Amino acid sequence: MTPDTAAPVELVGLDKTFAASGGGAVHALSGIELRLAPGEFVSLIGPSGCGKSTLLRVVADLEQPSSGTVLVGGKSPRQARLEQDYGIAFQQAGLLEWRTVAENVELPLHVHGVAKAERRARAAELLEMVGLADFAAHRPSQLSGGMQQRVAIARSLATRPKLLLMDEPFGALDEMTRERMQAELLRIADETGAAVLFVTHSIPEAVVLSDRVVVMSPRPGRITDVVKGRRPRGAATTGGRGVDGARPEDAVDDVRESADFFTAVTEVREALRKGSQ
Amino acid sequence: MRTAGQVEPGRSPWSRWRGAAMAVAAFVLLVVLWELVKLVVPADGVSVGGVRVLPRTSDAAMPHVWTVLGTLFDPEVAGAAQQRSVGAAVLSGALFTLRLSLGGLLLGGVLGVLLALLMQRSGLLERALLPYIVASQTVPLIAIAPLVAGWGGKIAVFGQPWQPWASVMVIAAYLAFFPIAVGMLRGLTSPRAEDVELFRALACGWWTTLIRLRLPASVPFLIPAARLGAAAAVIGAIVAEISTGTRGGVGRLIIEYAQAATGDPSRMYTAILGAAVLGLVAAGAVGLLDLALRRYQAVAR
Repeated sequence: MTPDTAAPVELVGLDKTFAASGGGAVHALSGIELRLAPGEFVSLIGPSGCGKSTLLRVVADLEQPSSGTVLVGGKSPRQARLEQDYGIAFQQAGLLEWRTVAENVELPLHVHGVAKAERRARAAELLEMVGLADFAAHRPSQLSGGMQQRVAIARSLATRPKLLLMDEPFGALDEMTRERMQAELLRIADETGAAVLFVTHSIPEAVVLSDRVVVMSPRPGRITDVVKGRRPRGAATTGGRGVDGARPEDAVDDVRESADFFTAVTEVREALRKGSQ
Repeated sequence: MRTAGQVEPGRSPWSRWRGAAMAVAAFVLLVVLWELVKLVVPADGVSVGGVRVLPRTSDAAMPHVWTVLGTLFDPEVAGAAQQRSVGAAVLSGALFTLRLSLGGLLLGGVLGVLLALLMQRSGLLERALLPYIVASQTVPLIAIAPLVAGWGGKIAVFGQPWQPWASVMVIAAYLAFFPIAVGMLRGLTSPRAEDVELFRALACGWWTTLIRLRLPASVPFLIPAARLGAAAAVIGAIVAEISTGTRGGVGRLIIEYAQAATGDPSRMYTAILGAAVLGLVAAGAVGLLDLALRRYQAVAR
């Protein structure tokens, strides 16, 4: 399998055990089987301690698996990390205060020696994409929480990754901002064609964003169910702006208000309840 | 109002002027207070039950401010062939000590930063080094100064014989490195775990993480540490001059003028004034560093 057609993420029989203080061991992940298709949006949802963040961190090579196979775009996670094959965003935007907004977006390119003119151009392009072109010269602290998170997403896209890893990126935002950011993210995922592995606590968020919602349960962390998400696709999220007054938010709102959406939310909720029994 | 293209404002020129004005006002207030004490408190001080609770304010104990300033223009040695005023002597002594203090601050700064880097790099080194770094400051300076002078006399650097001023600089550095090492270590370890993790996810090694994350993040810790280091370097240089008997600096002048204090009390105050101005200039040097690195201490998160 060549890297071009390889699955962005492929997990086979993944186990992760942490040595606990006091000599015991915490079984964080057990027998995880998961394969993402190129461009697919997959959410991981489950109660605290179900290992969903650990799973994402194993893919990002921030944790080592105890056993099993982990492939990221057909490579080892370490190789994928060193070759910058994925972009990552955390719950905290994590912007560097001594850099301007544009310089923060440039960071992944800057640390790998990309020429200044090229970095600048790419940052301008990305800030345009997240709707913050006017704020390029601002300091991060001058931006609202939602804007900071958009900068973090722009930064995660700097190296044009085919895979985005997101650990509750909207967890610290208020509900209104959060819904707007979800629409933004869907548009960006469509525009870039990147696959997304997305960790969340929110059932509606998982349903509206995802092609597939992966339901997990704790002790040990394992996948108990997979529910089909209701992600709106293609032109619905990208094409509407300015043509007939429709915005990307509208397409996502249509999904949120549909009966089908509530069916999926109920399905995920029941899967979560069943898993935690 | 936020506008596009607006950059971190920093401090306006007006607020900087106000800072300078406040410093002058504080000095004037001090002078007024000094003269007020002299005016109000009796010359022999105030005693309660045989214990003096307020100091004597006679001209011998507390000379008038203008007497001290006037002394600056007195000839240093009455009737000597080559006339040099007390002010010129204090100025030249202060410059001598300033050079050694700043040299010591630089030396101590480099040492402190290197130690902090070593300790950040390795937890083992931190546990091994930190207790000794703390212990180094509990050894009395008076005990170290003759030792340094003694060792220095036995070595030659780059073929040059050891100069007495070099001992003074080393002792100043010995005091200055401590706050800088401790402050810098705190600064280097100040980035949040998420920030360090982001750099790891960006495939950055220790060096890139140091340059792009840890060093910029340590600036808000380095500046106050350097301020403490500057003050310590000045004190170290003055005390080292006294205890090694080095000539030419303000430390030596304080001793000389104090010995002559019964005859001319205001002379000692000129030397103390010189030492105080010296400390201000050394702090000002750190202020320049502060200005140059302002971008890195914009806002606390």
